[in-house]
Amino acid sequence: MTSGNNKWIGQSVERLEDPPLVRGRGRFAADISFPHQLHMRIVRANHAHGRIAAIDTAAARALPGVVAVWSSADIADIPPVDFREGRIPALEPYRQPVLAADKVRYVGEPVAAIFAEDPYIAEDAADLVTLEIEELPILLDAEAEPGEFSAGRNTEVAVIQQGYGDVEAALRAAPMVVELELGIGRHSGVPLEARGAIGRYDASRDILELHGAAKVPHRNRDLLARMLKLTPSSIHVHESHVGGGFGIRGELYPEDVLVCVAAMRLGRPVKWIEDRREHLIAANHSRQQLHRIRAAVDGEGRILAIDDRYFHDQGAYVRTHAARVVHMTAGILPGPYRVPAYRAIGHFRLTNKTPAATYRAPGRYETTFVRERLVDAIAAKLGIDPNDVRRRNAIAPDEMPYHRPLEALGEEIEFDSGDYVGLLDKLLVALDWDKLKAGLARRRAAGEAVGAGFAMFVEKSGLGPADGVRIEVDTSGAVELITGGASLGQGFETVMAQVCAEILGIDYRRVRVTHGQTDRIAFGIGAHASRATVMTASATYNGAMKLRAKAIDMAAELMQAPIAALDIVEGKVVRKDQPLGPSISLGEIATHLAPTSKTLGEREPGLSAEGWFRVDHQVYPYGLHFAVVKVDRETGGVHVESYAIAYDIGRAINPALVKGQIVGGFAQGLGGALLEEFTYNERGDPLATTFADYLMPTARETPKVDVILREDYTSPLNPLGIKGAGESGITGVGAAIASAVDEAIGIPGAVTQLPVTPQRLKQILNGRAN
Amino acid sequence: MIEKRELTLIVNGRDYSVRVDPRRTLVDAIRDDCGQTGTHIGCEHGVCGACTVLIDGEPVRSCLMFAVQAEGCQIRTVEGLAKGDELHPLQQAFIENHGLQCGFCTPGFLMLATGVLEREPDISDEDLIDVLASNLCRCTGYENIVKAVRAAAAKMTAGR
Repeated sequence: MTSGNNKWIGQSVERLEDPPLVRGRGRFAADISFPHQLHMRIVRANHAHGRIAAIDTAAARALPGVVAVWSSADIADIPPVDFREGRIPALEPYRQPVLAADKVRYVGEPVAAIFAEDPYIAEDAADLVTLEIEELPILLDAEAEPGEFSAGRNTEVAVIQQGYGDVEAALRAAPMVVELELGIGRHSGVPLEARGAIGRYDASRDILELHGAAKVPHRNRDLLARMLKLTPSSIHVHESHVGGGFGIRGELYPEDVLVCVAAMRLGRPVKWIEDRREHLIAANHSRQQLHRIRAAVDGEGRILAIDDRYFHDQGAYVRTHAARVVHMTAGILPGPYRVPAYRAIGHFRLTNKTPAATYRAPGRYETTFVRERLVDAIAAKLGIDPNDVRRRNAIAPDEMPYHRPLEALGEEIEFDSGDYVGLLDKLLVALDWDKLKAGLARRRAAGEAVGAGFAMFVEKSGLGPADGVRIEVDTSGAVELITGGASLGQGFETVMAQVCAEILGIDYRRVRVTHGQTDRIAFGIGAHASRATVMTASATYNGAMKLRAKAIDMAAELMQAPIAALDIVEGKVVRKDQPLGPSISLGEIATHLAPTSKTLGEREPGLSAEGWFRVDHQVYPYGLHFAVVKVDRETGGVHVESYAIAYDIGRAINPALVKGQIVGGFAQGLGGALLEEFTYNERGDPLATTFADYLMPTARETPKVDVILREDYTSPLNPLGIKGAGESGITGVGAAIASAVDEAIGIPGAVTQLPVTPQRLKQILNGRAN
Repeated sequence: MIEKRELTLIVNGRDYSVRVDPRRTLVDAIRDDCGQTGTHIGCEHGVCGACTVLIDGEPVRSCLMFAVQAEGCQIRTVEGLAKGDELHPLQQAFIENHGLQCGFCTPGFLMLATGVLEREPDISDEDLIDVLASNLCRCTGYENIVKAVRAAAAKMTAGR
């Protein structure tokens, strides 16, 4: 595990994060407390849609231990929760108020907030608040005729359109048109730690603190500053340990705003810890879309045009992400294939359900399912192997960089590097595919319902545009790397320390990595969109190179040696030609660079450096998923017998952690493919409000995953050639499993809706029997 | 209002005198009254297992018990696993096998596995997966958790 010559990049070293976590010494949001704190409990709407006629809080206020009860009138000056990336006037009317004002629009919407001395009392008081709601028509289907959102505004927020080329002409002229209707179920990240937020106002310094932040602390600081009309530097947002993020945690929610406002107005720290029922009805949902897709195809299976109309079920409000997922869906759908003409029209619609936003691989899990179902349908229609359809349509290495006039996350898509068919070939060899295929055919002939399926995808990662770090070495030689990044438990500290240590010639365990602290570094974009390793590690690389140069420059003077003759080995500057000869440690160099040091000369004081990294484009890693499933015809149950993921990461800083990301992502994808679904009854009551209803995979349902991790095509867009890892494990799961289930039951195109629950599959099998 | 109860909880061999409402859950008492926050709360309805502790040697969901029910019992939590600087073989194995990411479910898995391996050190692979399927992890995909528990079991058996 250790490396004598300080080579850390590419090593599966043990994580710096682990020792406190395995000892129970972590500090998650619920573990943070302040003297004299109050506890907040939210009263939530129990109607999916209605006008608020009255809120009676008298009984709650009278309960001993209750300090305050707020409804919207008490915070009338606080605007709705704004968008993370700034103002978007067209979407502003659809933002969620911090507390519902005149209407409630989903079950779980915050209506009132209790502040009490004790969390049990706060919960008792919440039960005493009575809501009088005049019911309004409930809309649960994004495909149905839009209803009224507010006076003069209906529930279709926007119609998104992206495309190029003459789609109509291609459809008219094509020898074959393939048409599908496909749905993706409503599911979400559901981290094991529910949300939590602690607001604290320090009047002595006029600083508002928000603890329990994650993902995008700096963005949330700026957003809070806008909403509360405070200066950004007077708000300190602090991330501690984070019990899983997956896109949904760390966005600014109404509860985060409430603890901040309450801490200032009530003059005491305010702590809110979400319970699981609240989490399942209040934290962001994701994924739910219905696609009607048509493809013009030639006689060999080459795609000539794609025309997609989709309905994006946003839930009741537009939250911090604005139209990000619905917009990216249109941009990313064509994936790894050449598509000469393309049109995607997305209906961005509100329904009376929990609001939706991003969940790990947003837009890609959905579109990979849709696109790869299309590949299977083309293959079935022509009677050819789906992988031959992939081969005939995949963008080739000599077409890179491949520009596509579509947008994702505010930039035009440009695939940086890769060989999609080459990776498919490597996967087939690793699987011993011909033999495996023949074996499955034999088993099917013997009556078993087994089948295999593939999915090919292009991921996107490394969202820019910039990231910075500051590196400081103290007089003992210990290094602090202060980043604007964030850690959601993925091993951020370890990976950054590895890059820093490699350049500085030190042990990675000497590096303390700071993240998610807005009072330590002014700028940061955090951890999302598989950006942390690409962006923050590249900034770390640049900063460490500067610091290294500064250390060697000082050492050259002290050692009377030319700069080019020096290296840093195990924390000491030495002559390259005499590695065991005279040396000077980084700690000593830091002493020489102290502001009071006589040896400082004209240099800037301190052994420290800033590093910045900027990019214009994201990087686009790619991969394939492969599933073998067995269907129980009696129950409709699907058992995943084996699973493989081939992925080109460009360069893996820590292969064990990359594989951990991929395998973990797979398990979540499996949930979305077979088990997990937020369902509602016709009154809009959520039916998945416990872990007994919202079923996540356990060790029993989750097979071992073979990960074929390649570093064939490094990215030309950053100094280390890195591509992101966080979302590749989940992207293709729904698609690959759907394809495998089709083959297992012998009905091409049978799966049109995720998740493939036993009930749905039984219905498909019964339909065939009839 | 029902009166608070005075009682002593024995956590990792140490006595904690606490004064709690009869309705106070054991996990809240362990965390907030005894200050041992290594035991986590993931669902409060007994499904996820993040709050698993050992009560007289048996893995128990501490969110489904009242503190008053644990009076006089030997309660073991994740904080009691290591002996000083020396980690328990399970803790070490979770580190070596990358058996944790965010670490929120980890204390529950560690206590579940401790209880099982102390009772059944030679547990079969199939039975072990059944046992580990009683807790939820959202980060790892379980593979490395199973691997870690297997590795620790081998070490613990060899050390007997």
